[in-house]
Amino acid sequence: MSSRRFFKRRWWDDERAREIAAYLENETADNIARGMPPTEAAAAARRKFGNPGLVREEIYRMNTIGWLESAWQDLRYGMRTLRLSPGFAAVAIVSLALGIGANTAIFQLLDAVRLRSLPIQNPQELAEVKIVGGNHGMGRNQQYGELTRPIWQLIRGQQHAFSGMFAWSVNRRYVGRGADMRSFRGLWVTGDFFRVLRVQPWRGRLLMPEDEGACPVTSAVVSYAYWQSHLAGREPEPGFKLEVDNDLVEIVGVTRPDFVGLSVGDNFDIALPFCQPKEVLQRDLFDVSVMGRLKPGWTLARASAGMQTLSSGIFEATVPPGRDARSTETYKHFRLAAYPAGQGVSWLRESYDDSLWLLLGITGLVLLIACANLANLILARASTRERELAVRLALGASRGRLVRQLLAESALLAAAGTLLGVALAHSLSRVLVWAISTEGSSVTLNTGIDWRVLLFAAGVAILTCAAFGVLPALRASQAQPAAAMKAGGRGMTAGRERFSLQRLMVVTQVSVSLVLLVGALLFVRSFRNLLTFDPGMRESGITTGFLGFWQSNLPPRRWVEFKRELLDEIRATPGVLNAAATSNAPLLGSSWEHGVRAGAVEGDAKFTWVSPGYFDTMGIPVVRGRGFGVNDTAASTKVAIVNQTFVRKFLGGADPIGQTFRGMQEGDYPTTLYEIVGIIPDTQYNDLRGKTPPMTFEPDLQLPAPGPWTGLMVYSSAPPAAIGATIKRRLAARHPDVIVELSDFQKDIRDELVPERLMAALCGSFGVLAAVLAMVGLYGVISFIVARRRNEIGIRLALGAERGQVVAMVMREAGRLLLIGVVTGAALSLLAGRGARALLFGLKPYDPLTLVAAGLLLSSIAAAASFLPARRASKLDPMAALRDE
Amino acid sequence: MGKKPTQTDILQGTLDMLILQILAPGAAHGHTIAYAIERRSEEVLLVEHGSLYPALHRLEDRGWIASFWGTSENNRKARYYRLTAAGRKQLSAEMSRWERVVRAVNQVLRPVQE
Repeated sequence: MSSRRFFKRRWWDDERAREIAAYLENETADNIARGMPPTEAAAAARRKFGNPGLVREEIYRMNTIGWLESAWQDLRYGMRTLRLSPGFAAVAIVSLALGIGANTAIFQLLDAVRLRSLPIQNPQELAEVKIVGGNHGMGRNQQYGELTRPIWQLIRGQQHAFSGMFAWSVNRRYVGRGADMRSFRGLWVTGDFFRVLRVQPWRGRLLMPEDEGACPVTSAVVSYAYWQSHLAGREPEPGFKLEVDNDLVEIVGVTRPDFVGLSVGDNFDIALPFCQPKEVLQRDLFDVSVMGRLKPGWTLARASAGMQTLSSGIFEATVPPGRDARSTETYKHFRLAAYPAGQGVSWLRESYDDSLWLLLGITGLVLLIACANLANLILARASTRERELAVRLALGASRGRLVRQLLAESALLAAAGTLLGVALAHSLSRVLVWAISTEGSSVTLNTGIDWRVLLFAAGVAILTCAAFGVLPALRASQAQPAAAMKAGGRGMTAGRERFSLQRLMVVTQVSVSLVLLVGALLFVRSFRNLLTFDPGMRESGITTGFLGFWQSNLPPRRWVEFKRELLDEIRATPGVLNAAATSNAPLLGSSWEHGVRAGAVEGDAKFTWVSPGYFDTMGIPVVRGRGFGVNDTAASTKVAIVNQTFVRKFLGGADPIGQTFRGMQEGDYPTTLYEIVGIIPDTQYNDLRGKTPPMTFEPDLQLPAPGPWTGLMVYSSAPPAAIGATIKRRLAARHPDVIVELSDFQKDIRDELVPERLMAALCGSFGVLAAVLAMVGLYGVISFIVARRRNEIGIRLALGAERGQVVAMVMREAGRLLLIGVVTGAALSLLAGRGARALLFGLKPYDPLTLVAAGLLLSSIAAAASFLPARRASKLDPMAALRDE
Repeated sequence: MGKKPTQTDILQGTLDMLILQILAPGAAHGHTIAYAIERRSEEVLLVEHGSLYPALHRLEDRGWIASFWGTSENNRKARYYRLTAAGRKQLSAEMSRWERVVRAVNQVLRPVQE
C-alpha cells in the first residue's frame, strides 16, 4: 500500500526514531516535573511508551512490500551461501548451462525452420495456391514448383480472393562467360512480387510489372549478400550489366539484408523477372509457386472455396498435350486450394523436422539428467547443512520460509545457468547451421534470438529450477531440529529413508542415460550402415558432373556429335579409366519417370539415358544379355536394359531378353516400344535409403529430345578432386564456352547423408555426455553414502570384516540401483524407440544388440564409478573412523 | 508474522477516528495526542503510548494528516501533526458512520419497549 515510501523506508525509519526520542524526552521531563528522580523518570517514560524497536519495526514493515523484501533477503542470503562453496556453484552452473544451451540451440533451429514468419509486413496475410494432394508426379517438377505458368496466368486473371498475387520459382543458372562463368541461385519472379510482399529496396529499385515482358530479360536485382560478396557492395550505376545465361541483364537494385526470398534456409543471389518466350509456355513444367495477399476479411477457407469453383475451368483449359486418357482425366479433376504461406516454404522442414523434434527431446533428457545430478548435489549439501537448518528452525524460522530460502539458491543457479546457456546456444546454433550446410547447398538461417527463444529459455529455466530445487528444499525443511542437533550427523548407520531420494535420482539418471545411450548407438550404427551400405555400384574413384554447351552457339543437329567429342576428350585425359554420359546421376536425388506398359501390366518405371560405357564405368554388371554399343543409334531399334525389380513387376519373372514394353506418350516423348536386351541386378536409384523401383536404361542416342547438355560419370585412378581439376583445365583450354561442373561422387553421396550425420554426431555426443553425467552422479551418491556410513564400516572392520566384504557390500548397494535403472531404462528405450523408427536405416528401434551393448557399457561405467568409493571404504582405518566419534 | 487480533486491532478504526478528532481543533505532537487519548478513552485504546505511532504513520500515509517539525510549549523539538482537508472529510464520515453503528447496537441491546 505504501509503495511510494518503499524506496525511502530508511529515511522514514530515522525520522520515526527521532520522533520517538522526542516523545521519551518529553515524557521524562514531565516525569521529573512530577517529582521522580531522573533515572527512574527515564525508565518510567520507556515503560509508558512500550518497546521502541517493535514500533519502529511495525512502521518499517508498513513501508515495505512483504514478499519482495523477504525474496530479496533470500536471494542475498543464497548468493552468500553460494559464494561460500564456489566449486559447487561452478559445477551446477556449468552443467545447467550445457543442458539449457543444447536445448535452446535446438529450439532456435526449430524456431528458424518451423516457427518464424517471413520478414515481411503482415506475413499472416500471405497464402499459397496449390493443387490439393499435389500433382501426382505429372510432368516435370522443379523444387518448390507447385503449378505451371499457364495455370498461374489463368488464376491471376480470374481470382477475387487476393489483393495481389505473384508467382516465383528458384533455379540454379550461370552468370559470366567462359572461364569466369559461375553458377548462381536464381529467383524468378513476376513483376508484382516485391510490391505484394512490400519488400523495400536497399539500393536502387526492385523489379516492377514493367520489367516483365518478352524474353530475354533485361533487368534484375541482387540480394544484399550477393551484392556484398560478388559485386563488392558498389553503388549500382545505371547501365551496370551482368551476363546471365548468354543475355546481358542490367542490375537495377539491391534487396534489403533481411530479405532472402521465400524459401527459408536458401538465400538467393539474383532475382530476375519471368519473361514470355517466343514459343508457348509449357503445360507440363510445374515450376512456379503461386502466392498472394488475402483481401481484408478473406479467410483461407473462403479463398479455397473461391479457388475450388475456378478449378475445373482452369484445369480444363490447360491440359498438357500428348497424354493418355487416364492421366488427362486425373489432371482435369485437380482442385486448387489456398494454404498459409506466412512462414515461406522450405526443404529443411521435410529433411529436419522429425530430427529436430527428436533432438529437442534428447536434449531435454540430457537436461533432466543434469537436474537429477544437481538435485543430488543439493541433497548432499542439505544433509551437511542439516544443523544450520535445524538451528534456523529452532530459532523460529517457518518451514515455508526455509523452503523459499533454499529455492532462492536454486533460482540463482538456474538463472545463472540459463544466462550462460543462452549465450552458449547462440554460438551452438550457428555451428549447427554450418553443420547442415554442404558445398552444394549452403544454408542461411536467421537464428537470432526472438521472443519465442527467450520464452523457451525462461520456461526451461523455471522447469529445471523446479526439477532440481523443489524436492531437496521440501526435504530439508522436514528436518526435526532436536533430532538433527542431537545426532549431529554422527549416526551409527545412516537411516535408509535418508537416502531414498538420492537413490531415486540415481535410478532416474541411469535409466535416462540408458535411453540416450541406446539412441546414440542406434543413430551411430544407422549412419554407419548407410556409409558402408553397398548401393550396387561403384562409389569411390567416381567423379560426377554436368556439361552444358548452350553458350557455344551450335545448331541443335550438332549437339549429339559435340557431346560425343567432349566425352572422348574426357576419356583421353590421363588418369581417367572410363567415362560415360547419363541423363541423370544416381543416388543424388534426381528422378526421371515415365508410364510403362508390358503386356497387361501398367505402371511407372524410372528411365535413364546413358552412353555405352555407363555400366562399365559404374561397375554395374550386365548379368544377362548385352550392354549398349555404338550400334544403338537413333535410327536402330529402340532398346532397353532393365533391372530385376522391373522384370518381377512387369514380366512376372519370365525370361525378359527379347521381350518388349511400351513407354507411354508424354509431352515430347512419343509412345515407344522398347526391346529388352539386357538385365542388371537391383541397384539403389536416387537415394541410399529407398527401396529399389523398377528401373530401365536406354541408349542416350535414342533420347527423343536431346538438349545442349549432359550428365557425366567419370571413373579414374586419380582422386576425383585432382581429376576434376585436370578435366576442367583441358576443356576450358579447348572449349571455353562449355559449362563444366564436376564433383566427387562419394562426397556428394555423403552430403546427402547430412541429416543422418548430424543425428549420429549429436546423439553420440549427448549419449556420451549422459553417461558421464550418470557416472558422476553415481560416484557422488555412493561416495556420500560411504562417507555417512564411516562409523558403521569402521565398526565392521574392527570386528573383523574382510576388506573384500566391505567392497562387496558397497558394490551390492550400487549394483541394486544400477539394475533397477537399467531395467527401467530398457523399457523406456523400447517406448522411445518408436519415435526414431523413421530415421533409422537398416536397424529396428528395438535392436537387441544395441540394447545389450548400451546396458553393458553403462554397467561397466557405473561399476567403475562405484568401485572407487567402495575401495576407499575398505581402506578405512577403523581406529581413525571410530575415534572421530 | 501474523499478529494476534487484539483489542487495539478491533478498535483500530476507533483509534484512527479519535486521533483525527483530537487533531480537529489544531495541530499537536505525539506526546500530547497520546495523553489526550489516554484521558478520553480511560486507557482502553492506548495501553502503551508507542502503539500510537504506527497509527499516525498510517493516517499520514493515507493523506488524512500531515506532519512537520516544530517546537513544543516547553521549547523542545517535536513532530507536529495537523488535519488535512481529506482528513476533515474522513472524520465527519467516520463520525456519522460511528453514530449509526452505535444507534444500531443500542437498539439491539435495549429494544424499544412496546
